[in-house]
Amino acid sequence: MSKNKTAGYRGHHSYQKRKEAEARSFIRYRCGFTNTIQDVLRQRPGWVEVKEDEEWDFNWCDVGWLRENFDHSYMEEHVRICHFRNYYELTRKNLMVKNLKRYRKTLEREVGHVEAAKCDFFPCTFELPSEYHLFVEEFKRNPKSTWIMKPVARSQGKGIFLFRKLKDIMDWKKDGSRLEEQRDEAQVESYVAQRYIENPYLIGGRKFDLRVYVLVSSYLPLKAWLYRDGFARFSNTRFSLSSIEDQYIHLTNVAVQKTAPDYDPERGCKWPMQQLRRYLTAKHGAHAVETLFRDIDNVFVHSLQSVQKVIINDKHCFELYGYDILLDQDLKPWLIEVNASPSLTPSSQQDYEMKCHLLEDTLHVVDMEGRLTGREKQVGGFDLMWNDGPVSRENSGLETLGSSCFSPNTNLGKHWLTDIQWRRRFTVASFWLTCLFPGFQVVSMTEKTSYDTSKSCLARRAHDRLLLNVLN
Amino acid sequence: MDEDVGVNIIIAQVCQRLKGSHLHSHLEKQAKECLHRPEIKLECIKDDVRSFLKETGWERKLQNAVYRELHTLPPPSHTVAPPEHTKEPLSYMRKAQACWEKRILKSLNSMCTELGVPLARKRPVREQKDLVHKWTEMGTNEPDLSNFRPVYAPKDFLEMLISLRNANHDSSDEASCKSHWGLIQVPLNVKNIPEMRKVFVELGLGTSQLGIDDNIHITPDLFENEHVRLGKRVVSEQDSAAAQQYSRQGCPTGLRATLWALILNCGNDLEDVMRYEQLKSGVIHHDLLVDSLIYKDVKLTASNDDYYFVFEDYLYQILLCFSRDTTVLEHFIYNSATPPKSSVQGKQGTEEYALVYPPNGVIPFHGFSMYVAPLCFLYNEPSQLYRIFREMYVRYFFRLHSISSSPSGIVSLCLQFEKLLQIHLPQLFYHLREMGAQPLRIAFKWMVRAFSGYLATDQLLLLWDRILGYDSLEIVAVLAAAVFAFRAENLMEVTSLAAAEAVLADLSTLKVMPLLQIFLFATVI
Repeated sequence: MSKNKTAGYRGHHSYQKRKEAEARSFIRYRCGFTNTIQDVLRQRPGWVEVKEDEEWDFNWCDVGWLRENFDHSYMEEHVRICHFRNYYELTRKNLMVKNLKRYRKTLEREVGHVEAAKCDFFPCTFELPSEYHLFVEEFKRNPKSTWIMKPVARSQGKGIFLFRKLKDIMDWKKDGSRLEEQRDEAQVESYVAQRYIENPYLIGGRKFDLRVYVLVSSYLPLKAWLYRDGFARFSNTRFSLSSIEDQYIHLTNVAVQKTAPDYDPERGCKWPMQQLRRYLTAKHGAHAVETLFRDIDNVFVHSLQSVQKVIINDKHCFELYGYDILLDQDLKPWLIEVNASPSLTPSSQQDYEMKCHLLEDTLHVVDMEGRLTGREKQVGGFDLMWNDGPVSRENSGLETLGSSCFSPNTNLGKHWLTDIQWRRRFTVASFWLTCLFPGFQVVSMTEKTSYDTSKSCLARRAHDRLLLNVLN
Repeated sequence: MDEDVGVNIIIAQVCQRLKGSHLHSHLEKQAKECLHRPEIKLECIKDDVRSFLKETGWERKLQNAVYRELHTLPPPSHTVAPPEHTKEPLSYMRKAQACWEKRILKSLNSMCTELGVPLARKRPVREQKDLVHKWTEMGTNEPDLSNFRPVYAPKDFLEMLISLRNANHDSSDEASCKSHWGLIQVPLNVKNIPEMRKVFVELGLGTSQLGIDDNIHITPDLFENEHVRLGKRVVSEQDSAAAQQYSRQGCPTGLRATLWALILNCGNDLEDVMRYEQLKSGVIHHDLLVDSLIYKDVKLTASNDDYYFVFEDYLYQILLCFSRDTTVLEHFIYNSATPPKSSVQGKQGTEEYALVYPPNGVIPFHGFSMYVAPLCFLYNEPSQLYRIFREMYVRYFFRLHSISSSPSGIVSLCLQFEKLLQIHLPQLFYHLREMGAQPLRIAFKWMVRAFSGYLATDQLLLLWDRILGYDSLEIVAVLAAAVFAFRAENLMEVTSLAAAEAVLADLSTLKVMPLLQIFLFATVI
């Protein structure tokens, strides 16, 4: 298969990229981290690390670097960087809430109440101190409810606490320890007060939240990919509303859980998404779980749409977000927060492998090597969730007869990583074959056995299935 | 003539079992109440009542109850055979079981004396109140269990099985190619592959099933959708026998809980809830030594499991109640084991003061809690979870740690495993044997737990679907052999037991059904 032949199937854009990459014959990268991402970049064939002051084609930077250097750097067309300039419109809690509220109002005005109601996935939130009076009004309307106070810009569960009485905030304002924190920060820190979800879904008496990965390759038009893997993070202690002070019960971040007295690092308190999905299916049936996961897709899409016009779109930028979702007992998903720099530090061997695959697939989607056509609906573990419009699972060309036939192109938690890993073993072949024959699907074969008869038998069955797939 | 007599005896036995049960009283009540209905005529009262019961689903419930009894009915025996023959016909097995029981009871008693802990004691009121308060969070207790050790581990039981010999069997011939290479040296009849192909027909290459034909790359229209539709039909018909047949091709995740409850005929009626509450109050009032053993076991096994750690609290709630459930004693009629007895302090030797200890007659061993852990995935209502576990124990799990000649008993499973390996993978077996790595030493721990904790949860549940579907544990032995066949290439290169253990340490990525199918139906005979 000569290069020229395949280049002919490419869009102009990736053809350009390929030409430039060929001219250079390797891709220069910078990486601001020393964990999993560093391993992934190092192992990628044809990628070399460059030093501080050298030119780079790809930069996996931290947000500090972005803040200081983005505005001063000139980037050629092919260069890629892993953040959008004003990512914080989505990830800082007060800005996200503001954008979501505004988007909801727009929807209500332009489309209608039903569509706007789809944005009701974030709990009632107020920014403090600016919306203090609005907050007090809402608080007094429901005096029995619990609220959670979160600092706007911090992560890993730091500075968060729960309260039920206004008196608690007064005390907190006057609290000496907070003043000390303020001395470290240059400015007054903003907080958000959010209604606490008092009926979270519990498994084994424990509260958990979901970490899901969404990759945005562009905002205008909005192109977002959903990763099939993710995990549920469990709190080590049993949930009860009676002990608000016990931070360990209510916060499920691994960072917080690690400091809890009965944390066992060997055990880890995570379930892979597939395990959770199967558990929920066994409890509630396939239909309820399908609905739940569609609602979760809805959370991603609407949250991204709400900042679509605010984020400065830049073709050099892409971003991998870590979404934190909480489920309540009615199987309704709530958006807790979005992270622009989701933790890449692994908590176990399994976790490390998952994150490696996540990052590898992210780099596949970013496609510095110019191998993709641009028409893919699935790359590695990423499914194209939104491409300036909903993406359906069916092959393009079929008319969808109304929304009842529409099945979204997402597979969160449906299939095991090992099934996906089989795609990797055929990656080289399948990459080329997928490019040549759109719609070609690699059939998963069970692992090699030492029986000759069973091998040929397997091969025969695989052949039949392959035919069926291609014909369908 | 003999057959009729046999059937009559069975009918009489089943009737006796069902008489006085809750179902019986419900049926009577329903029959009495329906007399008020206008469609019941005095002239044909019997038929009318019968058809009424049929329409309202009560006949189906009775059918399911009879079906359940047939499962646990001991095989028919000669009229003058003593009851111990119902438990276990072979005398050498009975002797071995009795010897084993003496050993573990001795171990339990000596632990008791060493630690100075009584076998049972009444809890002080404060402790009772505490326990009620913390009933759903017993996992947060941190009792000092450092001095407790499990009464026995599967390894010890294996040594016992290895020493089993049939005195009537002449094994004095020189070792030849016909002799058995494995550790189990008793002449039990176990099925070979051609026989199993006839039994496990639904696992054949031509039949679709879950675990294979619900793969991501196969459109669900080919099999999965239809199978789910059929499953929903079975559930709506509430037919135990149909559910069991259906389960042979696997149960869909969303229907599995209901289907298993149907197969095991376990509802979640008021009676079940009340029974569970009774057991719970038993736990609150008295503390048993076995409770500490259970705690220790859960902390050592399930709490350290990547998936089951979440269910720690449920495990205590189920297992502590299980040890106090005297209805479990009924299964000793067909179990070769006998419940251990111990005496009240100061009254040793007197028969009338000998009590069964623990009350359910089952002494937990290392890994026992893993029988319950996968079930937590399906049921979270404690009373229902308890019913299901109890039923699974008295039908299947008890066979995995008692010495008997039953085809589902652990001895037969071990022998079957070794024979399958010797016949179909002789090179591998010989090599491992030469390296001092007898395959059974590795596979035993899988089989004793029915693979719980070794396979991924969804794969394990697919395996247990088939155990329920075929009402037999033989599939566990076949899977063990299939795993060895799968990793044969790597195993041929090992040079020690430790290396072999390392090759077979991680089974969590295995797909159970393709392995079983290939081993049973694609092996050259």
